[in-house]
Amino acid sequence: MEPILKVENLTRVFTRKGQPDFTAVDHIGFELYPGECLGLIGESGSGKTTVVNMITRLLDATEGSIVLDGEDITQMSGKELRRAYRKMQMVFQTPTDSFDPRCTLGDGIGESLRNLGMSRAETKQEVARLLTECGLTPEFADRYPHQVSGGQCQRASIARALAVKPKLLICDEATSSLDVTIQKEIIALLNELRWQRGAKLSILFICHDIALVQQFCNRVLVLYKGRIVEQGVPDEIIRNPKDAYTKRLIESVL
Amino acid sequence: MNEPTVRIQKIRKDTVKTRLIVFGALALLLLVCSIFSEHLTPYDPYLQDLTNVKAPPSAEHLFGTDRYGRDMLSRVIVGSRTSIYSTLLLVGIVTALGTMIGVFCGWHGKWIDTVLMRISDMFLAFPGLVFAMAVAGVLGGGLQNAIIALVAISWPKYARIARSQTLAQKETSYLKAARLSGSGTWKIIFKHILPNIIGPILVTSMLDIGTMMMELAGLSFLGLGAKPPTAEWGSMMSDTRSLLSTVPWVTLAPGFAIFVSVMIFNLLGDTIRDYADPKSRGR
Repeated sequence: MEPILKVENLTRVFTRKGQPDFTAVDHIGFELYPGECLGLIGESGSGKTTVVNMITRLLDATEGSIVLDGEDITQMSGKELRRAYRKMQMVFQTPTDSFDPRCTLGDGIGESLRNLGMSRAETKQEVARLLTECGLTPEFADRYPHQVSGGQCQRASIARALAVKPKLLICDEATSSLDVTIQKEIIALLNELRWQRGAKLSILFICHDIALVQQFCNRVLVLYKGRIVEQGVPDEIIRNPKDAYTKRLIESVL
Repeated sequence: MNEPTVRIQKIRKDTVKTRLIVFGALALLLLVCSIFSEHLTPYDPYLQDLTNVKAPPSAEHLFGTDRYGRDMLSRVIVGSRTSIYSTLLLVGIVTALGTMIGVFCGWHGKWIDTVLMRISDMFLAFPGLVFAMAVAGVLGGGLQNAIIALVAISWPKYARIARSQTLAQKETSYLKAARLSGSGTWKIIFKHILPNIIGPILVTSMLDIGTMMMELAGLSFLGLGAKPPTAEWGSMMSDTRSLLSTVPWVTLAPGFAIFVSVMIFNLLGDTIRDYADPKSRGR
């Protein structure tokens, strides 16, 4: 089976004058298959967000390649890249910050559809459908980000990500800033979307909570100081960690 | 929040609003006056009456007459158009230009950012008005050249504000989301960045109206701005400064006009700054 996302030798070195170079991500490589949910876990500063920013091309990679659905997007820019974004969307960590405070949620969700040339009326209908699918009501389209709660904002954020029917959904700590009950709801929503779409949707799930990864992901990568120190099925890793860092991580939860 | 805090906030908000209305109305009045200035003058501002020169203020001529017998009140009223409109034009150009450069630098980054920001450093390192005098001197006198000179020294301030605000915006999730939604650079700049950064920039430009008016009058006073016989407050003061000890009203009348309008615009700028401060807004 062709992987939906294939990352090879991905490296990012941050250079600063007067300071030694800092390698945030060090030659990592992994594959994500259709319908799979891959967890990426690690402590803060382990390079999770850098990896995600490079995959979404918001940050240039120093070395390595990113292949999305058979297309090398590592050097893409402008129009080409915007086309690639139709296959890849992202849900961000902080719900309140993920919508423009001066635009309504509907504007934010419909922006990608409008960019695809959809008419205003069609967009409105589609936004209503997406909101309903994500457990909100169509009225939310007219609200501003500060008028809704964190959980509602995160649902709208998922609706926005699903608008272009992406093959890859990246959740960058999408549940970390929510409280546990809301967290559970969002995970339930993501699970539902996974069952509905089957092989049409793959998820890259960035998280620092190993328990959450265990119940949600098929496979997990453990990132430590910019390297992948361990990978495999979550249950196995938890039962039988090989790397010293993974052991510490699991001990800290138990 | 407890009761007294809410009340203090409400009172504060109310006073800010009242101030906004009062100063806004005064500024508007000034603008309307300058639009219709030609119809408001009691005499023709350019009509010389050599039988009645250097007349002190009287019921007939409220601000007296100058050395050619021209009515000072009429000249001050007509001068408001040149002074106020060239100031607003100047502030508008500087704000637009500086913001454009700043947003471009912040968004694009890399070497263009470095080059433009070092250039702005160079402009900031120069004593402003001296540099403006040099520019106006090279280009020759005239109101248009004075405006160009002042634009040349004032844009870096706006460029810096716009740049730092743009950099902050670039880090937000919603801007990343906008990029992922396939919006092009222009759409992102006009739809997401500008609406979010324009507040502090507008406040700065409102506060600058007073300063700019003074600087423009200053250049005119030095003979690098408006040319006689055009009635402009700065050049009117300059023309008559030798008469200050004998016929003070001819210098004081335009001076007073500058003083009043600079103060109105400064107070309006302060009030808008207070109003735009989210802490003073009850929510």
